[in-house]
Amino acid sequence: MAGEVPIEQLADDMFQVVSDSAGQKKLKAKDLTKAVIAKYGDKISKDDTKAAIKLLIDSGRCVYGYFGGSSIELPHTEASANE
Amino acid sequence: MSDELKTPLLDELEKGPWPSFIKDLKSMADRPMVKDLLGQLEKSYRDKRGYWKHGGLVGIMGYGGGVIGRYSAIPEDFPGVSHFHTVRVNQPSGWFYTSEALNEIMDIWDEHGSGLTNMHGSTGDMVLLGTTTQELEPIFRELTAKDWDLGGSGSDLRTPSCCIGPARCQNACYDTLALTYNITHKYQDELHRPMFNYKYKIKMSGCPNDCTAAMARSDMAIIGIWKDDIQIDQSAIAEYVDSGFNIQEYVIEKCPTKCITLEGKELKIDNSDCLKCVHCINVLPKALSPGKERGAAIALGGKAPIVEGALFATLIVPFIEIDEENGFEEVHDLLERIWEFWDEHGMNRERIGEFIERVTLKTFLEGIGVEPMPQQITQPRDNPYIFYEEYYEEETE
Repeated sequence: MAGEVPIEQLADDMFQVVSDSAGQKKLKAKDLTKAVIAKYGDKISKDDTKAAIKLLIDSGRCVYGYFGGSSIELPHTEASANE
Repeated sequence: MSDELKTPLLDELEKGPWPSFIKDLKSMADRPMVKDLLGQLEKSYRDKRGYWKHGGLVGIMGYGGGVIGRYSAIPEDFPGVSHFHTVRVNQPSGWFYTSEALNEIMDIWDEHGSGLTNMHGSTGDMVLLGTTTQELEPIFRELTAKDWDLGGSGSDLRTPSCCIGPARCQNACYDTLALTYNITHKYQDELHRPMFNYKYKIKMSGCPNDCTAAMARSDMAIIGIWKDDIQIDQSAIAEYVDSGFNIQEYVIEKCPTKCITLEGKELKIDNSDCLKCVHCINVLPKALSPGKERGAAIALGGKAPIVEGALFATLIVPFIEIDEENGFEEVHDLLERIWEFWDEHGMNRERIGEFIERVTLKTFLEGIGVEPMPQQITQPRDNPYIFYEEYYEEETE
Protein backbone atom coordinates (compact mmCIF):
# COMPACT_ATOMS: atom_id res chain seq x y z
CA MET A 1 0.00 0.00 0.00
CA ALA A 2 1.25 3.48 -0.93
CA GLY A 3 3.17 5.41 1.70
CA GLU A 4 4.84 2.34 3.24
CA VAL A 5 8.37 3.34 2.24
CA PRO A 6 9.90 6.46 3.84
CA ILE A 7 10.53 9.31 1.41
CA GLU A 8 14.16 9.47 2.58
CA GLN A 9 14.63 5.85 1.52
CA LEU A 10 13.19 6.56 -1.92
CA ALA A 11 15.49 9.58 -2.27
CA ASP A 12 18.47 7.40 -1.32
CA ASP A 13 17.46 4.79 -3.90
CA MET A 14 17.07 7.45 -6.55
CA PHE A 15 20.44 8.93 -5.68
CA GLN A 16 21.98 5.51 -6.17
CA VAL A 17 20.34 5.17 -9.59
CA VAL A 18 21.66 8.60 -10.62
CA SER A 19 25.14 7.78 -9.30
CA ASP A 20 25.22 4.47 -11.16
CA SER A 21 24.44 6.06 -14.49
CA ALA A 22 26.58 9.19 -14.05
CA GLY A 23 28.65 9.81 -17.15
CA GLN A 24 26.75 7.16 -19.10
CA LYS A 25 23.16 8.21 -19.38
CA LYS A 26 21.21 11.33 -18.46
CA LEU A 27 18.16 10.31 -16.47
CA LYS A 28 14.84 12.07 -16.39
CA ALA A 29 12.52 12.36 -13.40
CA LYS A 30 10.39 9.64 -15.02
CA ASP A 31 13.35 7.23 -15.09
CA LEU A 32 13.85 7.64 -11.35
CA THR A 33 10.15 7.21 -10.72
CA LYS A 34 10.06 4.00 -12.74
CA ALA A 35 13.15 2.66 -10.99
CA VAL A 36 11.67 2.95 -7.50
CA ILE A 37 8.24 1.77 -8.61
CA ALA A 38 9.92 -1.32 -10.07
CA LYS A 39 11.55 -1.90 -6.69
CA TYR A 40 8.63 -1.18 -4.37
CA GLY A 41 5.55 -1.67 -6.54
CA ASP A 42 2.31 -0.51 -4.95
CA LYS A 43 4.00 0.21 -1.64
CA ILE A 44 4.64 3.68 -3.02
CA SER A 45 2.60 6.22 -4.97
CA LYS A 46 3.55 8.74 -7.64
CA ASP A 47 3.19 11.47 -5.04
CA ASP A 48 5.79 9.65 -2.94
CA THR A 49 8.19 9.64 -5.87
CA LYS A 50 7.58 13.35 -6.48
CA ALA A 51 8.34 14.09 -2.83
CA ALA A 52 11.50 11.99 -3.04
CA ILE A 53 12.75 13.88 -6.10
CA LYS A 54 12.00 17.15 -4.34
CA LEU A 55 14.04 16.00 -1.35
CA LEU A 56 16.87 14.85 -3.58
CA ILE A 57 17.08 18.22 -5.35
CA ASP A 58 16.46 20.46 -2.34
CA SER A 59 19.19 18.67 -0.38
CA GLY A 60 21.66 19.52 -3.15
CA ARG A 61 22.64 15.88 -3.70
CA CYS A 62 21.34 16.14 -7.27
CA VAL A 63 20.66 19.02 -9.63
CA TYR A 64 18.50 19.56 -12.68
CA GLY A 65 20.33 19.73 -15.97
CA TYR A 66 19.17 20.54 -19.47
CA PHE A 67 20.44 19.36 -22.80
CA GLY A 68 17.53 19.06 -25.22
CA GLY A 69 15.36 17.76 -22.40
CA SER A 70 15.64 18.10 -18.62
CA SER A 71 17.54 15.55 -16.56
CA ILE A 72 18.54 14.89 -12.95
CA GLU A 73 22.28 14.68 -12.45
CA LEU A 74 25.01 14.72 -9.85
CA PRO A 75 26.32 18.24 -9.28
CA HIS A 76 29.40 18.88 -11.38
CA THR A 77 31.08 21.60 -13.38
CA GLU A 78 30.03 21.22 -16.96
CA ALA A 79 32.65 21.26 -19.68
CA SER A 80 31.22 24.33 -21.40
CA ALA A 81 31.32 26.52 -18.29
CA ASN A 82 33.72 29.46 -18.38
CA GLU A 83 35.55 30.60 -15.26
CA MET B 1 28.99 54.25 -27.77
CA SER B 2 32.74 53.66 -27.57
CA ASP B 3 34.73 54.80 -30.60
CA GLU B 4 36.88 51.69 -30.64
CA LEU B 5 33.98 49.32 -31.40
CA LYS B 6 33.40 49.14 -35.15
CA THR B 7 30.30 47.22 -36.26
CA PRO B 8 29.82 47.76 -39.99
CA LEU B 9 27.65 44.67 -40.46
CA LEU B 10 25.42 45.38 -37.47
CA ASP B 11 25.11 48.98 -38.65
CA GLU B 12 23.17 47.67 -41.66
CA LEU B 13 20.45 46.56 -39.25
CA GLU B 14 19.88 50.13 -38.13
CA LYS B 15 18.76 51.21 -41.60
CA GLY B 16 15.11 51.41 -42.55
CA PRO B 17 12.04 52.80 -40.81
CA TRP B 18 11.49 49.90 -38.40
CA PRO B 19 12.73 49.53 -34.83
CA SER B 20 16.25 48.18 -34.54
CA PHE B 21 17.55 46.03 -31.71
CA ILE B 22 21.06 47.13 -32.71
CA LYS B 23 20.10 50.74 -32.12
CA ASP B 24 18.80 49.76 -28.69
CA LEU B 25 21.95 47.79 -27.85
CA LYS B 26 24.19 50.67 -28.92
CA SER B 27 22.30 53.05 -26.66
CA MET B 28 23.51 50.88 -23.75
CA ALA B 29 26.99 50.11 -25.04
CA ASP B 30 28.66 51.96 -22.19
CA ARG B 31 28.05 48.75 -20.21
CA PRO B 32 30.85 46.18 -20.71
CA MET B 33 28.42 43.29 -21.12
CA VAL B 34 26.44 45.06 -23.84
CA LYS B 35 29.56 46.32 -25.60
CA ASP B 36 31.02 42.81 -25.77
CA LEU B 37 27.65 41.44 -26.88
CA LEU B 38 27.77 43.80 -29.86
CA GLY B 39 31.39 42.82 -30.52
CA GLN B 40 30.68 39.10 -30.47
CA LEU B 41 27.57 39.53 -32.59
CA GLU B 42 29.53 41.51 -35.21
CA LYS B 43 32.13 38.75 -35.28
CA SER B 44 29.39 36.12 -35.68
CA TYR B 45 27.96 37.99 -38.66
CA ARG B 46 31.42 38.38 -40.17
CA ASP B 47 32.44 34.74 -39.64
CA LYS B 48 28.96 33.36 -40.35
CA ARG B 49 28.90 31.25 -37.20
CA GLY B 50 27.57 31.50 -33.68
CA TYR B 51 29.87 31.82 -30.69
CA TRP B 52 27.57 30.74 -27.88
CA LYS B 53 28.02 27.65 -25.75
CA HIS B 54 25.14 25.91 -24.02
CA GLY B 55 25.06 25.97 -20.24
CA GLY B 56 22.83 23.12 -19.09
CA LEU B 57 23.45 23.13 -15.37
CA VAL B 58 23.19 26.76 -14.33
CA GLY B 59 20.09 27.57 -12.35
CA ILE B 60 18.59 28.36 -9.01
CA MET B 61 18.91 25.91 -6.13
CA GLY B 62 15.85 23.64 -6.16
CA TYR B 63 14.53 24.92 -9.47
CA GLY B 64 14.88 23.06 -12.76
CA GLY B 65 13.65 25.91 -14.93
CA GLY B 66 13.70 29.65 -15.33
CA VAL B 67 17.35 30.09 -16.26
CA ILE B 68 18.85 29.42 -19.67
CA GLY B 69 22.61 29.10 -19.49
CA ARG B 70 24.87 30.61 -22.13
CA TYR B 71 28.64 31.07 -22.26
CA SER B 72 30.76 32.78 -24.85
CA ALA B 73 32.93 30.37 -26.83
CA ILE B 74 35.57 33.13 -27.11
CA PRO B 75 35.64 34.69 -23.61
CA GLU B 76 39.22 35.83 -24.08
CA ASP B 77 38.03 38.16 -26.87
CA PHE B 78 34.78 39.19 -25.21
CA PRO B 79 35.10 38.78 -21.43
CA GLY B 80 31.96 40.83 -20.81
CA VAL B 81 29.82 37.98 -22.18
CA SER B 82 31.89 35.11 -20.81
CA HIS B 83 28.66 34.29 -18.94
CA PHE B 84 25.46 35.51 -20.57
CA HIS B 85 22.61 33.63 -18.91
CA THR B 86 18.96 34.44 -19.50
CA VAL B 87 16.45 34.68 -16.66
CA ARG B 88 12.77 34.11 -17.35
CA VAL B 89 10.41 35.88 -14.97
CA ASN B 90 6.79 34.76 -14.69
CA GLN B 91 4.74 37.59 -16.16
CA PRO B 92 1.46 38.80 -14.63
CA SER B 93 -1.68 37.44 -16.34
CA GLY B 94 -2.46 39.50 -19.42
CA TRP B 95 0.82 41.43 -19.11
CA PHE B 96 -0.66 44.14 -16.93
CA TYR B 97 1.99 46.06 -15.00
CA THR B 98 2.19 49.12 -12.87
CA SER B 99 5.16 51.39 -13.54
CA GLU B 100 6.23 50.61 -9.96
CA ALA B 101 6.39 46.90 -10.79
CA LEU B 102 8.45 47.50 -13.91
CA ASN B 103 10.82 49.74 -11.96
CA GLU B 104 11.28 46.98 -9.37
CA ILE B 105 12.31 44.54 -12.06
CA MET B 106 14.62 46.99 -13.78
CA ASP B 107 16.33 48.06 -10.56
CA ILE B 108 17.17 44.43 -9.84
CA TRP B 109 18.27 43.80 -13.41
CA ASP B 110 20.40 46.93 -13.65
CA GLU B 111 22.22 45.89 -10.51
CA HIS B 112 22.71 42.20 -11.28
CA GLY B 113 22.45 41.84 -15.05
CA SER B 114 23.08 43.50 -18.38
CA GLY B 115 19.98 45.69 -18.23
CA LEU B 116 18.76 44.16 -21.49
CA THR B 117 15.26 42.69 -21.65
CA ASN B 118 12.92 41.07 -24.12
CA MET B 119 9.34 41.96 -23.31
CA HIS B 120 8.10 39.28 -23.81
CA GLY B 121 9.36 35.85 -24.87
CA SER B 122 7.17 33.66 -27.07
CA THR B 123 5.89 31.73 -24.06
CA GLY B 124 4.98 34.98 -22.36
CA ASP B 125 7.65 35.47 -19.72
CA MET B 126 9.61 38.62 -19.14
CA VAL B 127 13.01 37.69 -20.47
CA LEU B 128 16.03 39.23 -18.75
CA LEU B 129 19.01 38.81 -21.05
CA GLY B 130 22.55 38.41 -19.82
CA THR B 131 23.92 37.78 -16.35
CA THR B 132 26.62 35.71 -14.68
CA THR B 133 26.33 32.50 -12.68
CA GLN B 134 27.27 34.19 -9.39
CA GLU B 135 24.48 36.77 -9.81
CA LEU B 136 21.70 34.19 -10.25
CA GLU B 137 20.94 33.49 -6.60
CA PRO B 138 21.01 37.20 -5.62
CA ILE B 139 18.63 37.97 -8.52
CA PHE B 140 16.28 35.21 -7.40
CA ARG B 141 16.37 36.36 -3.79
CA GLU B 142 15.54 39.94 -4.73
CA LEU B 143 12.82 38.95 -7.20
CA THR B 144 11.05 36.65 -4.75
CA ALA B 145 11.36 39.23 -1.96
CA LYS B 146 9.15 41.41 -4.14
CA ASP B 147 6.74 38.56 -4.94
CA TRP B 148 8.05 37.78 -8.41
CA ASP B 149 8.95 34.24 -9.42
CA LEU B 150 10.81 32.55 -12.23
CA GLY B 151 8.98 31.10 -15.21
CA GLY B 152 9.35 27.69 -16.77
CA SER B 153 11.98 26.20 -19.04
CA GLY B 154 13.12 22.70 -19.94
CA SER B 155 10.77 19.71 -19.71
CA ASP B 156 8.27 21.37 -17.45
CA LEU B 157 4.99 23.21 -17.50
CA ARG B 158 5.94 26.42 -19.22
CA THR B 159 4.69 29.67 -17.79
CA PRO B 160 0.94 29.76 -18.51
CA SER B 161 -0.07 32.77 -20.54
CA CYS B 162 -3.28 34.48 -21.60
CA CYS B 163 -4.87 37.31 -23.52
CA ILE B 164 -6.14 40.41 -21.74
CA GLY B 165 -9.54 38.70 -21.47
CA PRO B 166 -12.48 40.38 -19.76
CA ALA B 167 -10.17 43.07 -18.37
CA ARG B 168 -10.46 44.95 -21.64
CA CYS B 169 -12.21 42.78 -24.22
CA GLN B 170 -15.96 42.41 -24.65
CA ASN B 171 -15.55 39.13 -26.56
CA ALA B 172 -14.01 37.20 -23.67
CA CYS B 173 -16.08 34.09 -23.04
CA TYR B 174 -14.34 33.30 -19.77
CA ASP B 175 -11.96 34.94 -17.34
CA THR B 176 -8.62 34.09 -18.93
CA LEU B 177 -6.73 36.05 -16.29
CA ALA B 178 -8.29 34.12 -13.42
CA LEU B 179 -7.70 30.72 -15.02
CA THR B 180 -4.08 31.57 -15.82
CA TYR B 181 -3.49 32.75 -12.27
CA ASN B 182 -5.13 29.61 -10.91
CA ILE B 183 -3.16 27.17 -13.07
CA THR B 184 0.11 28.97 -12.36
CA HIS B 185 -0.41 28.66 -8.62
CA LYS B 186 -1.89 25.17 -8.55
CA TYR B 187 0.89 23.61 -10.61
CA GLN B 188 3.99 25.22 -9.07
CA ASP B 189 5.80 21.88 -8.83
CA GLU B 190 5.14 21.12 -12.49
CA LEU B 191 6.34 24.62 -13.41
CA HIS B 192 9.60 24.61 -11.45
CA ARG B 193 10.54 20.93 -11.31
CA PRO B 194 10.78 19.39 -14.77
CA MET B 195 8.97 16.06 -14.68
CA PHE B 196 7.51 15.71 -18.16
CA ASN B 197 8.71 14.07 -21.37
CA TYR B 198 9.20 17.52 -22.81
CA LYS B 199 7.83 21.04 -22.51
CA TYR B 200 4.10 21.66 -22.02
CA LYS B 201 2.71 25.07 -22.89
CA ILE B 202 -0.77 26.27 -21.95
CA LYS B 203 -2.23 29.40 -23.48
CA MET B 204 -5.61 30.87 -22.75
CA SER B 205 -7.53 32.98 -25.26
CA GLY B 206 -10.90 34.41 -24.35
CA CYS B 207 -12.50 33.96 -27.78
CA PRO B 208 -11.81 32.37 -31.18
CA ASN B 209 -9.81 35.44 -32.25
CA ASP B 210 -7.13 33.64 -30.22
CA CYS B 211 -4.97 36.65 -29.47
CA THR B 212 -2.33 34.46 -27.78
CA ALA B 213 -2.07 32.33 -30.96
CA ALA B 214 -2.68 29.36 -28.69
CA MET B 215 -3.74 27.06 -31.55
CA ALA B 216 -0.33 27.34 -33.20
CA ARG B 217 1.93 28.00 -30.25
CA SER B 218 0.77 25.95 -27.30
CA ASP B 219 0.42 22.30 -26.39
CA MET B 220 -2.90 23.11 -24.77
CA ALA B 221 -5.06 25.87 -26.18
CA ILE B 222 -8.02 26.91 -24.03
CA ILE B 223 -10.15 29.03 -26.33
CA GLY B 224 -13.29 30.84 -25.19
CA ILE B 225 -16.44 29.77 -27.00
CA TRP B 226 -20.22 29.81 -26.60
CA LYS B 227 -22.90 27.16 -27.14
CA ASP B 228 -26.02 29.13 -27.89
CA ASP B 229 -26.81 31.78 -30.49
CA ILE B 230 -24.82 34.91 -31.31
CA GLN B 231 -26.51 37.88 -29.62
CA ILE B 232 -27.85 40.43 -32.09
CA ASP B 233 -28.80 44.03 -31.35
CA GLN B 234 -31.07 44.74 -34.35
CA SER B 235 -31.21 48.49 -33.64
CA ALA B 236 -27.41 48.63 -33.93
CA ILE B 237 -27.64 46.68 -37.20
CA ALA B 238 -30.06 49.31 -38.47
CA GLU B 239 -27.57 52.01 -37.52
CA TYR B 240 -24.83 50.24 -39.49
CA VAL B 241 -27.16 50.06 -42.52
CA ASP B 242 -28.21 53.70 -42.19
CA SER B 243 -24.58 54.81 -41.97
CA GLY B 244 -23.92 53.21 -45.35
CA PHE B 245 -21.78 50.36 -44.00
CA ASN B 246 -21.77 47.54 -46.57
CA ILE B 247 -22.79 44.54 -44.46
CA GLN B 248 -23.30 42.45 -47.58
CA GLU B 249 -19.71 42.86 -48.76
CA TYR B 250 -17.83 42.99 -45.46
CA VAL B 251 -19.80 40.46 -43.42
CA ILE B 252 -22.23 38.26 -45.33
CA GLU B 253 -19.95 37.43 -48.26
CA LYS B 254 -17.04 36.75 -45.95
CA CYS B 255 -18.95 34.31 -43.72
CA PRO B 256 -17.29 30.91 -44.35
CA THR B 257 -20.56 28.97 -44.16
CA LYS B 258 -22.79 31.70 -45.61
CA CYS B 259 -25.11 31.42 -42.63
CA ILE B 260 -25.90 35.16 -42.42
CA THR B 261 -28.61 37.03 -44.29
CA LEU B 262 -29.81 40.62 -44.23
CA GLU B 263 -33.50 41.29 -44.75
CA GLY B 264 -34.02 45.03 -44.92
CA LYS B 265 -32.35 46.22 -41.74
CA GLU B 266 -32.69 42.91 -39.94
CA LEU B 267 -29.74 40.53 -39.68
CA LYS B 268 -30.41 36.79 -39.38
CA ILE B 269 -27.89 34.09 -38.48
CA ASP B 270 -28.46 30.38 -38.94
CA ASN B 271 -26.51 29.46 -35.80
CA SER B 272 -26.67 25.74 -36.57
CA ASP B 273 -24.28 26.42 -39.45
CA CYS B 274 -22.08 28.92 -37.62
CA LEU B 275 -18.43 27.92 -37.22
CA LYS B 276 -17.84 30.58 -34.57
CA CYS B 277 -15.02 32.17 -36.56
CA VAL B 278 -16.09 35.51 -35.00
CA HIS B 279 -15.49 37.47 -38.20
CA CYS B 280 -19.00 38.96 -38.10
CA ILE B 281 -18.61 39.86 -34.42
CA ASN B 282 -15.30 41.55 -35.15
CA VAL B 283 -16.73 43.60 -38.00
CA LEU B 284 -20.01 44.52 -36.30
CA PRO B 285 -18.91 44.93 -32.66
CA LYS B 286 -21.76 47.27 -31.75
CA ALA B 287 -24.41 44.85 -32.97
CA LEU B 288 -23.09 41.34 -32.42
CA SER B 289 -21.62 39.56 -29.42
CA PRO B 290 -20.96 35.97 -28.37
CA GLY B 291 -23.86 33.95 -26.95
CA LYS B 292 -24.70 33.82 -23.27
CA GLU B 293 -23.82 30.16 -22.60
CA ARG B 294 -20.07 30.55 -22.45
CA GLY B 295 -17.12 28.31 -21.74
CA ALA B 296 -14.06 27.10 -23.63
CA ALA B 297 -12.94 24.66 -26.28
CA ILE B 298 -9.72 22.76 -25.65
CA ALA B 299 -7.31 21.87 -28.42
CA LEU B 300 -4.04 20.02 -27.99
CA GLY B 301 -0.79 19.72 -29.86
CA GLY B 302 0.19 23.10 -31.31
CA LYS B 303 3.94 23.61 -31.56
CA ALA B 304 6.73 25.34 -33.44
CA PRO B 305 9.12 23.32 -35.66
CA ILE B 306 11.59 22.14 -33.02
CA VAL B 307 12.70 18.47 -33.10
CA GLU B 308 9.74 17.57 -35.36
CA GLY B 309 7.79 19.85 -37.71
CA ALA B 310 5.28 22.49 -36.67
CA LEU B 311 1.81 21.31 -35.73
CA PHE B 312 -1.52 23.05 -35.45
CA ALA B 313 -3.61 22.04 -32.45
CA THR B 314 -6.33 19.36 -32.68
CA LEU B 315 -9.69 20.01 -31.08
CA ILE B 316 -10.21 17.55 -28.24
CA VAL B 317 -13.02 19.02 -26.13
CA PRO B 318 -15.54 21.19 -28.03
CA PHE B 319 -16.96 22.75 -24.88
CA ILE B 320 -16.01 22.73 -21.22
CA GLU B 321 -17.38 24.77 -18.35
CA ILE B 322 -14.89 27.27 -16.99
CA ASP B 323 -16.26 27.57 -13.51
CA GLU B 324 -14.27 29.83 -11.21
CA GLU B 325 -16.62 29.19 -8.29
CA ASN B 326 -15.86 25.50 -8.62
CA GLY B 327 -12.13 26.25 -8.58
CA PHE B 328 -11.80 25.35 -12.28
CA GLU B 329 -12.05 21.68 -11.31
CA GLU B 330 -13.13 20.49 -14.77
CA VAL B 331 -10.01 21.97 -16.33
CA HIS B 332 -7.71 20.54 -13.63
CA ASP B 333 -9.28 17.11 -13.99
CA LEU B 334 -8.79 17.03 -17.76
CA LEU B 335 -5.27 18.46 -17.56
CA GLU B 336 -4.16 15.87 -15.03
CA ARG B 337 -5.61 13.00 -17.07
CA ILE B 338 -3.70 14.27 -20.12
CA TRP B 339 -0.44 14.55 -18.18
CA GLU B 340 -0.91 11.10 -16.64
CA PHE B 341 -1.40 9.38 -20.00
CA TRP B 342 1.38 11.34 -21.74
CA ASP B 343 3.76 10.69 -18.85
CA GLU B 344 3.04 6.96 -18.92
CA HIS B 345 3.27 6.39 -22.66
CA GLY B 346 5.13 9.37 -24.14
CA MET B 347 8.72 9.23 -25.31
CA ASN B 348 11.63 11.45 -24.40
CA ARG B 349 11.32 14.90 -26.12
CA GLU B 350 7.92 14.00 -27.54
CA ARG B 351 5.45 16.89 -27.42
CA ILE B 352 1.79 16.11 -26.81
CA GLY B 353 0.88 16.77 -30.48
CA GLU B 354 3.51 14.33 -31.72
CA PHE B 355 2.37 11.85 -29.09
CA ILE B 356 -1.23 12.03 -30.34
CA GLU B 357 -0.02 11.51 -33.92
CA ARG B 358 2.00 8.47 -32.90
CA VAL B 359 -0.54 6.69 -30.70
CA THR B 360 -3.52 7.88 -32.84
CA LEU B 361 -6.33 10.14 -31.73
CA LYS B 362 -8.51 7.14 -30.92
CA THR B 363 -6.03 5.70 -28.44
CA PHE B 364 -5.36 9.10 -26.95
CA LEU B 365 -9.05 9.84 -26.40
CA GLU B 366 -9.53 6.47 -24.75
CA GLY B 367 -6.46 7.07 -22.61
CA ILE B 368 -7.67 10.38 -21.25
CA GLY B 369 -11.31 9.29 -21.01
CA VAL B 370 -12.83 11.68 -23.54
CA GLU B 371 -15.65 10.49 -25.80
CA PRO B 372 -15.04 10.69 -29.56
CA MET B 373 -17.10 13.49 -31.08
CA PRO B 374 -17.72 14.74 -34.63
CA GLN B 375 -16.08 18.08 -33.78
CA GLN B 376 -12.74 16.31 -33.35
CA ILE B 377 -12.67 15.46 -37.05
CA THR B 378 -10.49 17.98 -38.85
CA GLN B 379 -12.25 17.92 -42.21
CA PRO B 380 -14.95 16.00 -44.10
CA ARG B 381 -13.90 12.51 -45.18
CA ASP B 382 -10.98 12.61 -42.76
CA ASN B 383 -10.97 9.08 -41.36
CA PRO B 384 -10.17 9.24 -37.66
CA TYR B 385 -10.29 5.45 -37.28
CA ILE B 386 -12.72 5.76 -34.43
CA PHE B 387 -15.08 2.87 -33.95
CA TYR B 388 -17.81 3.15 -31.39
CA GLU B 389 -18.49 0.34 -28.94
CA GLU B 390 -21.97 -0.04 -30.47
CA TYR B 391 -20.33 -0.91 -33.78
CA TYR B 392 -18.69 -3.98 -32.27
CA GLU B 393 -21.84 -4.92 -30.38
CA GLU B 394 -23.85 -4.90 -33.62
CA GLU B 395 -21.17 -6.97 -35.31
CA THR B 396 -21.35 -9.71 -32.70
CA GLU B 397 -25.13 -9.84 -32.55
